[in-house]
Amino acid sequence: MKAAERLARDPNLKAVVREVEASLDAARRQDVSRRTFLKLTGLAGGGLTLAFYLGSPSVAQSQEATGEFAPNAFLTISSDGSILIYNKNPEVGQGIKTAFPMIVAEELDANWNHVRVEQSPIDEAVYGRQAAGGSRSIPSSWDQLREAGAAARAMLVSAASEMWGVPVDECSTANSIVTHDATGRQLTYGELAESAASLPVPDPGSLMLKARDDYRLIGKRITGVDNEKIVTGQPLFGIDTTLPGMVYASYSKCPATGGRVRDANFDEIRSLPGVQDAFALEGNDTVTELMPGVAIVGDSTWATQSARTSLRVDWDESEASTDSWSGLVEQAQGLSLQTGSETIRDFGNVEEAFEGADQTLEAFYSYPFVSHAPLEPQNCTAWYRDGGIEIWAPSQTPQRAIQNVANVLSIPEERVTLHQTRIGGGFGRRLLNDYVCEVAAIAREVGVPVKLQWSREDDMAHDFYRPGGFHALKASLDGTGRLSGWEDHFITFTHDGRSPVSGGETRGGEFPEGLLDNFRLTQSMLTLATPTGPWRAPRSNAIAFAVQSFYHELAVAAGRDHLEMLLEIMGEPRWLEEGNVGVLNTGRAAEVIKLAAAQAGWGQPLPPGRGLGLAFYFSHAGHFAEVADVSVDGNRRLSVHKVTVAGDVGPIVNLSGAENQCQGAVMDGLSTMLGLEITMENGRVQQSNFHQYPLMRINNAPVVDVHFIESDFPPTGLGEPALPPLAPAICNAIYAATGHRVRTLPLSKDGFSV
Amino acid sequence: MVRLNVNGKEHVLEEVDASTPLLWVLRDHLGLVGTKFGCGGGYCGACTVQLNGRPIRSCTTPSSAAEGQAIRTIESLAADGILHPLQAAWIEHDVPQCGYCQAGQLMSAAALLARNSSPSDADIDSAMRGNLCRCGTYQRIRAAIHSAAEKLGGAA
Ligand code: FES
Ligand code: FES
Repeated sequence: MKAAERLARDPNLKAVVREVEASLDAARRQDVSRRTFLKLTGLAGGGLTLAFYLGSPSVAQSQEATGEFAPNAFLTISSDGSILIYNKNPEVGQGIKTAFPMIVAEELDANWNHVRVEQSPIDEAVYGRQAAGGSRSIPSSWDQLREAGAAARAMLVSAASEMWGVPVDECSTANSIVTHDATGRQLTYGELAESAASLPVPDPGSLMLKARDDYRLIGKRITGVDNEKIVTGQPLFGIDTTLPGMVYASYSKCPATGGRVRDANFDEIRSLPGVQDAFALEGNDTVTELMPGVAIVGDSTWATQSARTSLRVDWDESEASTDSWSGLVEQAQGLSLQTGSETIRDFGNVEEAFEGADQTLEAFYSYPFVSHAPLEPQNCTAWYRDGGIEIWAPSQTPQRAIQNVANVLSIPEERVTLHQTRIGGGFGRRLLNDYVCEVAAIAREVGVPVKLQWSREDDMAHDFYRPGGFHALKASLDGTGRLSGWEDHFITFTHDGRSPVSGGETRGGEFPEGLLDNFRLTQSMLTLATPTGPWRAPRSNAIAFAVQSFYHELAVAAGRDHLEMLLEIMGEPRWLEEGNVGVLNTGRAAEVIKLAAAQAGWGQPLPPGRGLGLAFYFSHAGHFAEVADVSVDGNRRLSVHKVTVAGDVGPIVNLSGAENQCQGAVMDGLSTMLGLEITMENGRVQQSNFHQYPLMRINNAPVVDVHFIESDFPPTGLGEPALPPLAPAICNAIYAATGHRVRTLPLSKDGFSV
Repeated sequence: MVRLNVNGKEHVLEEVDASTPLLWVLRDHLGLVGTKFGCGGGYCGACTVQLNGRPIRSCTTPSSAAEGQAIRTIESLAADGILHPLQAAWIEHDVPQCGYCQAGQLMSAAALLARNSSPSDADIDSAMRGNLCRCGTYQRIRAAIHSAAEKLGGAA
């Protein structure tokens, strides 16, 4: 019990869910009302520096009064014409470090080749939200970034018009050059920077933003700003951090979460080659911060890693997890026979719908726990000195990391300085900062710079897993073959018996809620002591598999075309909550469904053993439909030939980055559903490395064909919403090819291989 | 003690035990951090370097086994500041997402092109299947290898 309670009262787990779940629309509206632009002068090198401030206006004003204004993001145009743009959010592979500056550069009419991008420092008071999660970065910053670029452009144009003595509306801009159209005179931004800096900053309300037809950069394919460094192997990632006099550390925790160190063979470990010290840390009993363990400090990563093979720890597991996945599955199967103990939604009258139905169908769907497994294992570097600490962290939530470290070390947050590094994959894992806290505590003991390096085995044993789950579904079809009633008993997990675990919640609004009259969602919860957390497209990544597969089952039962029946349930084009980008718009849904089907050749005759499968899902403000084209042979060997993706997230900022995210989401979804599963017995995760957690390899990678509908709705993020439709599209295609219905993931459970 | 020839340069490392995996000698002792650690078990390919032109997993290769041989890492793939055609193609196709696997991918791909100047999809699959990409950039890796092969062929 204790192990589950510990997670129930963990403040960071709840905060992180808020972080990724907060209403996209609210974020957008709130930040727009806070915009502030300021001009900075007196910087070395001269030129125009324009700050745009996304935090609290009162902080901006007080800083302005004291002359200490620090912008959260800014652009500097130097006299030599170079343009520096700061990016404030962590780069985890989602491409934000390229997309943000593109938005600024578009309205600035900058020559992209002149643009250089740097990561901004971390400071919440000054910079507002700095995090990578929930596909929220673009929606919450779109307007400010455009206005910042437009403000600088307006100042450059004013400077040119004054020099030439002509009205501003006779001047145009392109490629970092202002042109007086009538005379053909030109001045570059570099030539104008100095005089533009002496002009007042225009009121954001007076700025003319470009019409979409005038975009030169937004919507194009732009290669990532760090790509040259990546392909030449330059230091960029957390793991690449090297400091003078740096030592290395490993940290061993109990394989069952919550175990404490009774004793260990410290003397033996200290005597091993290259080992400088070995000691236990007590921790603060918070799984997202610091749990008990043994630190080994040495003069190289290998010295600490090889010393670990000799480490013997006597663990006290009286308050550790004893979870058993096989036991939980059995309990869930028992519960599936009844209605859930808690009613989450109850619209219309499902009983009546079921009674009056032409047909009813029932099915039980389940999916396993999975790990994030980013390719860069957790690591962090820290240097504790003079009562303060400096940290180099690959974290998706750097601001929270500062709070976590301050809490663990009992020092004020002002004494924690954090530098963000590029991150070798996150998928939600690095929303939590346990490894940052661990190195902070070790750094205080050793007093010199220290890099903590987790092994792959550490990473797989100590994740905040995507929780597994179960859906007992029942639905009815009326005499015309229309869906008339839907009931879902969702069996999930809880740490405290009151609320579901992180990543295992239902928030309502999941398909087909809102699309039919009679709908009921109930919930039961099994007690869990294994840590869980958000994983790419939290909740939707798993629910979509169950509900979009089941809806296809209904189409089959009704003898109807799946495409037609999916369009039917979307019905008249309407926004289920007008103006809220976080809510389904059936018109946008229907358009992506039609586009995916058309591009994939829906309805074409296919040879035996081959099939197309369709699915749609709305999540994280993105409308996505996908069609999978698969073959299955007599031994259940699966080949995925192609996946067609159609999405609507409003205007696309970087077409290359956007397509890359969709391709990646399809690969991630496929990789996960094929054979990935985390199981626990006696509180221990049974998979240790990639041989037991077989991520998909290039030889099984399908062709992914991505199409966007660039509607005029506000742009929203792309890190997540292309993932959920993939699993049901594949399963529906398998059904079309074979007549076999997959209701349990991963596919390897049903004997499928690739 | 180990004696290694890395990117054409001789290194004598008195303090290093010869059983230390090559990966950690490169990263911790020589400061060549372009080669990445992903699993330590030979499964992911993030640590791929070339030994006499052949791609190997440096995390499972004791440095003693690399003594007296030519070790090549991502840091030397661009010669005299000129990008290798694969590196140029990687940028042109905007292959990376997080980018963490890409050094290993490039070292495997470079070894492939050195022995097969116009690989088929199947050749690429078999040469590259040891390199995981958690972000799923496989389609672009394939396209970039084909386009680099074409450029190399065109130059020959
Ligand atoms: S780190 Fe060497 S194969 Fe994964
Ligand atoms: S780009 Fe992230 S692992 Fe390949």
